Amino acid sequence: MSTSIIPGTRRRLLRSPKFTDGLLGAAGLVTVLAVLEFSTIVGLLPEKTFPRVSADLRELAGMAGAAELWTAVGHTLQGWAISFALATVIAVLLGIAVGSNAVLYAATSAVIEFLRPIPSVALIPLVVLVLGTGLQSKVFLATFAATWPVLVATIYGMRDVEPVALETARSFRARPRDTLLSVVLPGAVPYIAPGLRVASTTALILCVTAELVIGAPGLGQSITVAQAGGQYQLMYAFIIATGLLGVLLNLLFVALEKRLLRWHPSQRSQGGVQ
Amino acid sequence: MNRRSVLLTLQIAAPILVLLGWALWSAGSTNIFYPPLTKILSVFRDTWVFDRVGSDVVPSLTNMLAGFALSIVIGVPLGILIGLVRTLRTALAPIIEFVRAIPPPALIPFGIVVLGVGTGMKVFIILMVGVFPVLMHTIDGVRGVDPGLLDSARAYRVSRRDRMLHVVLPAAAPQIFAGMRISLSLSLILMVISEMVASTRGIGYFILQAQRTFAIPEMWSGMVLLGILGYLFNLAFGTIERRALRWHHGARKGAS
Repeated sequence: MSTSIIPGTRRRLLRSPKFTDGLLGAAGLVTVLAVLEFSTIVGLLPEKTFPRVSADLRELAGMAGAAELWTAVGHTLQGWAISFALATVIAVLLGIAVGSNAVLYAATSAVIEFLRPIPSVALIPLVVLVLGTGLQSKVFLATFAATWPVLVATIYGMRDVEPVALETARSFRARPRDTLLSVVLPGAVPYIAPGLRVASTTALILCVTAELVIGAPGLGQSITVAQAGGQYQLMYAFIIATGLLGVLLNLLFVALEKRLLRWHPSQRSQGGVQ
Repeated sequence: MNRRSVLLTLQIAAPILVLLGWALWSAGSTNIFYPPLTKILSVFRDTWVFDRVGSDVVPSLTNMLAGFALSIVIGVPLGILIGLVRTLRTALAPIIEFVRAIPPPALIPFGIVVLGVGTGMKVFIILMVGVFPVLMHTIDGVRGVDPGLLDSARAYRVSRRDRMLHVVLPAAAPQIFAGMRISLSLSLILMVISEMVASTRGIGYFILQAQRTFAIPEMWSGMVLLGILGYLFNLAFGTIERRALRWHHGARKGAS
């Protein structure tokens, strides 16, 4: 009897939606890669500027053992980490101040609405003049860009606290500090967490932009150097590596959000937030 | 004056005060990097009203709007298709997640290699980046359509085409507009970056060139122009969105 359990569980595993979805996703990925590979082989895409995908991936695999790739990844990640941390601290503190004070909110909301749509890349020339072409410029640009999503999300979250919860806290004579820490802030977390995810992506984008446009060391610079040198396989390998880094950071933040918001309805029902 | 009107006055006065503060602070500035605001504004008038509009602003904005329009034309139908067909959605999920995660500027060298440094490359890059917010939001919007609505439409034998146009599309519209707004600001950013990396004209090129030749007031005037453009696009889009979704806001107000 005991042997019949194992095929049973295996069958259940094979039929579980998670497994079939994963299989389907893998099939989609393989199909797209195969189509690209085949297009190059039959000459639909020019082999010179569009090498075979398999060659690009082999190049990437070959680089995995070399220092060049990891140094570039390290530079990019360093810029990302510093600017993300700075942006989070600045934006959350500022957001708490602005969101909990009506006068401050009135004074800043229009200014924020003016400043926020300014494309951060417009600052690149000034930043290069004042801060040079190194890590400082990269961090400044990325911090500037990544602050807005968190700031706006924090302000929204602070102002959208459930009135009943606030009144309850008031009727229990909770001190303002306790109300802020245990009623208002937790209520704002569902807003702040997606803001953090956007900020992480934005910070990475701006770091790569800075590396690409002003030549700070990192993945962006490696991509342009490979392109300028006509080493297209290397260029594609670096682009793929940059994409993988983006995917990893994304996954990290989705997991983080899930953990931070364990208690929130959007996470309890499956598939609330992708 | 009651508290409400004080707050409103403050809201209107604050940006003006900030500008005045900038003007006063920079008035006697001798620092080459931070020229007086009045100087920036006079250079702005000489440069952008309307001397360089034809040579720089129009080509830049044409690229940007072409890329943005293509993002919508491709993103919305594709999003509806992927949103409605579950198999397609699961099969394409990993590839979409990957391409979306590539920081957009990293695609510029790829665009240069494949398409050269012309207009085609810039529109392509703007499209490559702008299409994803529209696509993702459309997929989410379509998935969120109330199944009851779809079922009743089907029960009344509403044709497939009418179901798409009059049930699915309107129900997903608020989400689609949210995606388009993100896409619009990304388009502006990519327009600037693509001109900074490879171009001989356009606003981004002008600013970078001004910086390299130490024409600092000109550089500032370009930055101010970009700020104004960003603000205006945001404002215009907000107006269009409010008009297009008036029924939605009305319905929500009625419900609450």
